[in-house]
Amino acid sequence: MTGSASSDQSTDPAAPSGPVTGGSGQTTLVTANLVEAVNLALDHALAGDPDVLVLGEDVAANGGVFRATVNLKEKYGGRRVIDTPLAEGLIAGISVGMALQGLKPVAEIQFMGFLYAAMEQLVSHASRMRNRTRGRLSCPLVIRAPFGGGIKAPELHSESTEAMFAHIPGLRVVIPSSPARAYGLLLAAIDDPDPVLFLEPKRIYRMHKHQIAADGARLPLDTCFTLREGDDITLVSWGASVVDALQAADELARRDIGAEVIDVATLKPLDLETILSSVRKTGRCVIVHEAARSFGCGAEVAAQIAEHAFTSLLAPVQRVTGYDTIMPYLRSEHYYLPGAADILQAAERALQYD
Amino acid sequence: MRLAARFEIAFHQYLNERAEAVAEHALLTDWPRLTDFYRHMATTRRLDQKAVALQRTGQLGTYASCLGAEAVAVGAGTALQTDDVHVPYYRDQAIQLLRGVTMAEILLFWGGDERGNDYQAPGARQDLPNCIPIATQLTHAAGVAAAIQYRGQHRAVLATCGDGATSRGDFHEALNVAGVWRLPLVVLINNNQWAISVPRSAQTASETLAQKGIGAGIECVQVDGNDVVAVFLTAREALQRARDGGGATLIEALSYRLGDHTTADDASRYRSREELNEAWTREPVKRLREYLRRHGHWSAADEQQLQEDAQRQVQAAVDSYSATPIPAATAMFDHLYAHLPRALSAQYQQLAARQGGKP
Repeated sequence: MTGSASSDQSTDPAAPSGPVTGGSGQTTLVTANLVEAVNLALDHALAGDPDVLVLGEDVAANGGVFRATVNLKEKYGGRRVIDTPLAEGLIAGISVGMALQGLKPVAEIQFMGFLYAAMEQLVSHASRMRNRTRGRLSCPLVIRAPFGGGIKAPELHSESTEAMFAHIPGLRVVIPSSPARAYGLLLAAIDDPDPVLFLEPKRIYRMHKHQIAADGARLPLDTCFTLREGDDITLVSWGASVVDALQAADELARRDIGAEVIDVATLKPLDLETILSSVRKTGRCVIVHEAARSFGCGAEVAAQIAEHAFTSLLAPVQRVTGYDTIMPYLRSEHYYLPGAADILQAAERALQYD
Repeated sequence: MRLAARFEIAFHQYLNERAEAVAEHALLTDWPRLTDFYRHMATTRRLDQKAVALQRTGQLGTYASCLGAEAVAVGAGTALQTDDVHVPYYRDQAIQLLRGVTMAEILLFWGGDERGNDYQAPGARQDLPNCIPIATQLTHAAGVAAAIQYRGQHRAVLATCGDGATSRGDFHEALNVAGVWRLPLVVLINNNQWAISVPRSAQTASETLAQKGIGAGIECVQVDGNDVVAVFLTAREALQRARDGGGATLIEALSYRLGDHTTADDASRYRSREELNEAWTREPVKRLREYLRRHGHWSAADEQQLQEDAQRQVQAAVDSYSATPIPAATAMFDHLYAHLPRALSAQYQQLAARQGGKP
């Protein structure tokens, strides 16, 4: 899948053209934004497998506070689309128990800022159960949570703390950055026999409407997506920042600089090969994430590049990130969030390095 | 003023601390059944003693003794049906044995080998392994129960915890959902009066732990946890009610932790010899043996035979455990995911090479 410019909003600039699995063969093109694509994927999963359940706070009658689960209760009933009591640790814990019985719970945590109560379940149980029982038990669950800033939400509704979860052995951390990838990756996450944390960048929930093929086709997990090819510099990102990286790549293209844009998509386990082969080609890399800089996932990507592509580097790896501060309240969040201009500056630093 | 609500907590006891029957039930004269209870309790104690000895001699990791918990575990474990699910904390050795978990598997677990959680007995395949973080297993149990309910199966879940667990949010969250969803779940508190060094009196001002389920709208009951008959009858009724769609029950079993918290603990630092001695007068194994003996259903010869059998059984398990080779170094990568991600293959190879280089 290569580099059509991202300015065309009528089609997904990164619509999958690579190998996909599980499709019905019939292509049904639907126009959807990212959160609608999540809804379509949940709908497809519920329709296709009675073991799939959707649960969380306000997911049933209300259809989710972002409407990700809208109409699902009407369609599949309250036994399969379940409003839970208000307790995030419980939501994760019962998902573990359900998964141990072979169900495929897809739980929503309303905001990433409330995920920490569920963290013990992810760290100490869901991610370990297969390993500690030598494969006797497993946890095929998905926890969905909107994350990131940029929608002027209240305190603790705007964080990006994916690094905390990417550090957990046995867990997958998957982050879509377009409607098509939200659809295909969520279906793949539900299929996956291991626990998946599926983080949805809410800043771009409704940013773009794309035509997607809602035919049940899965996209591969553990795989980076090269959204745009280029020979001069590699922009590596995930989540809402991918949109900023594509915008920066557009501007670089106007300056005759070819930027390769990689959407990491699965942070853990990391598809290093796609990143390394790009950096070996371009020699320059900018990593972009909203999360705080230190000990972030960008540091891991940079370290891997230093270990495995050191001699290809023409400039130090640049990081464009949030600050090592508390995410400020909404009046100041724009100061915190990195944008296309920051990416361009970092790209210039890398390109001018001598 | 009028009352908005009123609650009571029943207490069940059939055999008192003097081994006298204090209530009526056919089970009190069901000698084969009672003898069976006794065999399980005494055999578990034998295994427990051996495990402590193995740890003291460097042959086992840190071990949590179940000394004093035999009646709680045997009573509840016997009440389970094969296709029920057991969700344990870490003093449920007797329940695990009743489920078909082998002594060797129990020793492997405490000896630091994940294969000890890979229960081979068909009846235990869906049971959870020991849960180390306190009370977190209770929400798993609620999830297992929700799955059973969703599928319309006639099964129940038995989850256990200690008295300390009742202070955690997970305990209340699990009971709460069990109530509002009417889940087929029985939560059994082994109230052994101590959470490491913190006594029950410092854990909560609640008059009983059983009443903590009242706020969740579920059945709550307290039993003498040193009385295997009381535990069995109460657990059996609760499990049957759960299977039949009657909802969840919280059972508080009053016992006493006769040993240290684990082999890494020294309880003499924080509790008196007098208290411990007093607790030994109420202990469950002797109580049942005395009851059987008094009614002519247990003799010194029976006891000697049982101890010899248990000793043989335990020794065979120790031999099997000791003969189990340490897993290959790369086994830590096995079952990490269903399929090892490509991202981990370099680390896997690195460890495999190190293993080859340094035998």
